[in-house]
Amino acid sequence: MKVLVPVKRVIDYNVKARVRADGSGVDLANVKMSMNPFDEIAVEEAIRLKEKGAASEVVAVSIGVKQAAETLRTALAMGADRAILVVAADDVHQDIEPLAVAKILKAVIDEEQPKLVIAGKQAIDNDMNATGQMLAALLGWGQAAFASKIEIEGEAAKVTREVDGGLQTIEVRLPAIVTADLRLNEPRYASLPNIMKAKKKPLEEKTAADYGVDPAPRLEIVTTREPEGRKAGIKVGSVDELVGKLKEAGVL
Amino acid sequence: MAVLLLGEVTNGELNRDATAKAVGAVKSLGEVVLLCAGAHAKDAAAQAATIAGVAKVLVAEDARYGHRLAEPTAALILSLAGDYDHIVAPSTTDAKNVMPRVAALLDVMVIPDVSKIVDADTFERPVYAGNAIQVVRSRDAKKVLTIRTASFDAAPDGGSAPVSEAALAEDPGLSSWVADEVAESDRPELTSAGRVVSGGRGVGSKEDFAIIEALADKLGAAVGASRAAVDSGYAPNDWQVGQTGKVVAPELYVAVGISGAIQHLAGMKDSKVIVAINKDEEAPIFQIADYGLVGDLFTTVPELTEKL
Ligand SMILES: Cc1cc2nc3c(=O)[nH]c(=O)nc-3n(C[C@H](O)[C@H](O)[C@H](O)COP(=O)(O)OP(=O)(O)OC[C@H]3O[C@@H](n4cnc5c(N)ncnc54)[C@H](O)[C@@H]3O)c2cc1C
Ligand SMILES: Nc1ncnc2c1ncn2[C@@H]1O[C@H](COP(=O)(O)O)[C@@H](O)[C@H]1O
Repeated sequence: MKVLVPVKRVIDYNVKARVRADGSGVDLANVKMSMNPFDEIAVEEAIRLKEKGAASEVVAVSIGVKQAAETLRTALAMGADRAILVVAADDVHQDIEPLAVAKILKAVIDEEQPKLVIAGKQAIDNDMNATGQMLAALLGWGQAAFASKIEIEGEAAKVTREVDGGLQTIEVRLPAIVTADLRLNEPRYASLPNIMKAKKKPLEEKTAADYGVDPAPRLEIVTTREPEGRKAGIKVGSVDELVGKLKEAGVL
Repeated sequence: MAVLLLGEVTNGELNRDATAKAVGAVKSLGEVVLLCAGAHAKDAAAQAATIAGVAKVLVAEDARYGHRLAEPTAALILSLAGDYDHIVAPSTTDAKNVMPRVAALLDVMVIPDVSKIVDADTFERPVYAGNAIQVVRSRDAKKVLTIRTASFDAAPDGGSAPVSEAALAEDPGLSSWVADEVAESDRPELTSAGRVVSGGRGVGSKEDFAIIEALADKLGAAVGASRAAVDSGYAPNDWQVGQTGKVVAPELYVAVGISGAIQHLAGMKDSKVIVAINKDEEAPIFQIADYGLVGDLFTTVPELTEKL
């Protein structure tokens, strides 16, 4: 069973995003970039399936600027077998929308024929939480979003999902799309020898045009601004003072 | 033109708060037609009809919609989509599962977590864990949105909309339900509660989370948690507040043993009054708290519970 994992290059989750003064977006030049944390979880899950013998090959795919090759090298160092980079922008500030990403991924999948796609639940930059579900729609496949457990059982995957009320387990026929939530696993760090080995693993480079997909956005970003800040509060010296303040504020 | 709104229905029960907030958000866009789908959706539809501002309720009652599986629910919405310019739902996990699928089937971009409606094509939404607010204008013919319920007031009661049956759409049969693991609780629901008490890694164990729960019960509050508390097994996943958990905006939010990472703040910083209890006076949570108490939670929280 071949497993395909889409990975996105995003601002590192430890870096505070700064809005550009002209309102055109968040500043991404000279900012630390990393693999989207949910995609690390997705890569880890794919590698574990391979280690268990349930998967035969793990292919990582990234769509965006050419620097996304670094993100793919990270996936290869974690244990993916090969990678495909689809260049669809040359400005680091140009985000590719989930619908366009899903269309490109569909074209890759038509060629690669994986039986399972594990994507992240959400990219922590645009916070869309959409690509996996959109891809499933375009392929006409079943979907299991927000997974905290995946078991492959013959021609189906049994997936436990994190939902508002708790957990839901469903069975989805393969081929299918699963999206990874936080509790699916704890991703490994790539070891130095594996980072060296990853440099020799195959990384194929394509463009969006190769797949006949126009990555132009459907949503025009009119402006981006800072949220309203909260005004600084006070420190209280004791529980009694806290209770007093809360009564004054009318919330008790 | 008209708006099709997917009501939040779980086991025949309408989530009135989430649904009414979504109605409140979109009623300026046109006549709101509310769709209730489920194995026992008729009860939910009767409740939905009483939300003021709902023009009509459509009900699709059938076992295939019973567990809100994405594929049959998306097929149903798609079969109705022709009559509507806007297709919306409150941003619940169910809607986040279904609505992008609907959007892709319509070849439009989904607009998730809308926090403000500027006009029929233009919407605000938070990005980068709430570090930025983006205004986007859709170029698509139809708009598929999810509504960040914490940002809107609920439409009031007092409606009496007619209820009619929607034609059922075929189930693509790609997935099936196996089991639910849902904890029953008498506490208020997290996203609609007027008060929330949340515990973090500082609480230290599942047993000691009882300290948080006791304070919550004294306040009649819902219980929340940080990701670290959920990952460590102190609290169930559905208590997580934050960028990738639930978004809340109660009158009172009490954060106990939570450092205040940006991902946590994304889910609670619109609360009216924020209280932080933390033993580290440098904890970033104090920068956004209205009232900060520096101290050990194991002594201060029981004392607070007792004195309320
Ligand atoms: C992709 C991604 C998504 C994420 N999504 C979320 C999310 O949705 N929600 C979320 O919350 N986090 C999320 N996080 C995690 C977030 O970055 C932080 O790691 C997390 O919020 C920290 O939780 P915490 O504050 O409980 O733990 P810590 O940061 O470890 O803080 C514990 C605090 O407890 C205090 N403390 C310890 N003992 C005591 C005591 N006895 N009395 C009083 N205070 C005490 C400490 O001083 C400290 O400030 C996400 C992270 C990533 C990468
Ligand atoms: N540009 C991209 N390249 C590769 N994968 C992506 C890209 N954008 C999104 N994804 C995948 O889709 C998931 C959800 O992203 P989003 O829908 O943007 O929140 C991510 O976690 C990735 O697995």
